[in-house]
Amino acid sequence: MIVGNRKSLEEILELVKPYKKILLLGCRECITVCAAGGEREVGVLASELKIARKKDGEEIEIKEFTLERQCDVEYIEQIKPFIDEYEAVVSMACGAGINYTADCFPKNIVLPAINTTFLGVTLEQGVWSERCQGCGECILHLTGGVCPVARCAKSLFNGPCGGSAKGVCEVDKDTDCAWQLIVDRLKAQGKLENYEKIIEIKDWSTSRDGGPRRRIREDLRITS
Amino acid sequence: MRLSYPTNIKVVKVPCTGRVDVLTMLKAFEAGADGIYVAGCLEGECHFLKGNLRARKRVNYLKTLLAELGIEPERAAIYNLSSAQGQRFAQIAEEMTGIVRALGPSPIRKHNAEETPAGAQA
Ligand code: SF4
Ligand code: SF4
Repeated sequence: MIVGNRKSLEEILELVKPYKKILLLGCRECITVCAAGGEREVGVLASELKIARKKDGEEIEIKEFTLERQCDVEYIEQIKPFIDEYEAVVSMACGAGINYTADCFPKNIVLPAINTTFLGVTLEQGVWSERCQGCGECILHLTGGVCPVARCAKSLFNGPCGGSAKGVCEVDKDTDCAWQLIVDRLKAQGKLENYEKIIEIKDWSTSRDGGPRRRIREDLRITS
Repeated sequence: MRLSYPTNIKVVKVPCTGRVDVLTMLKAFEAGADGIYVAGCLEGECHFLKGNLRARKRVNYLKTLLAELGIEPERAAIYNLSSAQGQRFAQIAEEMTGIVRALGPSPIRKHNAEETPAGAQA
C-alpha cells in the first residue's frame, strides 16, 4: 500500500490560515489503512483545527468528507455539488489523490495534509515499512523476494557494501542490511547460485528517470 | 458510602475504557471541557484484557495533540481503580479537579458561546 504521514498541525494551520470554510477530504484506501487520512483522521484533524481556531478566538467551518478513493474520477466527482461552497479543500489522501482532486477541480484550491512517504507493508498494527520503489522492472526473482532498490540504503544491485555489519545496515542500527537478508533468504531456499549472478546495470528509464509514467491498456479503454 | 465528589464532573459511561477513542476525548476539549480523565480498571484486570492499556496509550497520544495545540497536556489523564474503590474514585475526582482548577479555564471555553461542561470523565 501507499504509506503516508499526516503533516504537523502547525504546518496545516499555516496552510489554511487564509480560509474560514474548508472541505476536509479523506480517502478510504491505503491512507485509511496506514491511519493517516481516513475518516477517523479526518475527524481528529477537524477537531484539532476547530480547537486551534477557537483558542485564537476565530472560527472555522469544516465539512468532513471521506471518499472511497481520491484517485478515481467517479468518486472525486461526488464533491462536485458542494466543493464551491468552500474556500479550500484540504486533502488527506496520498499524493496521487491530492494531485487528482486538484486536477479534477483546477479552479479550486487543494491543499495537502499528508506527506506521502513510501510503498510498504504493515509489519504490525501501527508499524509500516518500505518494500518497493516502483522501479518499473522488478528483479525480486533474483533476490529471494527482497528488494534491493527499496530496502538497501544505496540501492545496490550487487551487495552488500562494506557497511554491512552483523546483518545491520550502516545507515541505521534498526535497519536490516537488505543484502544480508537476500543472502540469508537465497541460502534458505538453496538458491545461492542466484547470488553468484552479477545483476547488470539497471535501465532506470522505466523508473523515475524516464519522466512521469503512464500505463495504458487499450483493450480496457472506452474513450478511444 | 455516601461519598461526595466535585459536581462539575460530567461522567460519560463506556462499557470499557478500550472504547475511549482519541477523537471522543478531543471532542470534549472542543466542546470546552477544562480537562478530562479516563477512569479505567486496574492494570491487568481488564475484562477485555487490554482495554485499559490501550486507553492509556491513547491518552498519551492525546497529550501530544494537546501540546501541539498549546493546551496543557496535564488537562488529560488516566487513572486506574477498581469498581470497589469508591473512596479512591472520590479522591481522584478531587485531585483532577484541583489540577485543572490550578490551570484555569480551558482557552477554548473562553470562546465558546454557550456554557459548556467543565469536565468530562469516561
Ligand atoms: S525491484 Fe523494483 S518493482 Fe521490484 S520491488 Fe524493487 S523497486 Fe519494486
Ligand atoms: S549495509 Fe547493506 S543495506 Fe546498507 S547500504 Fe550496504 S548493502 Fe545496502
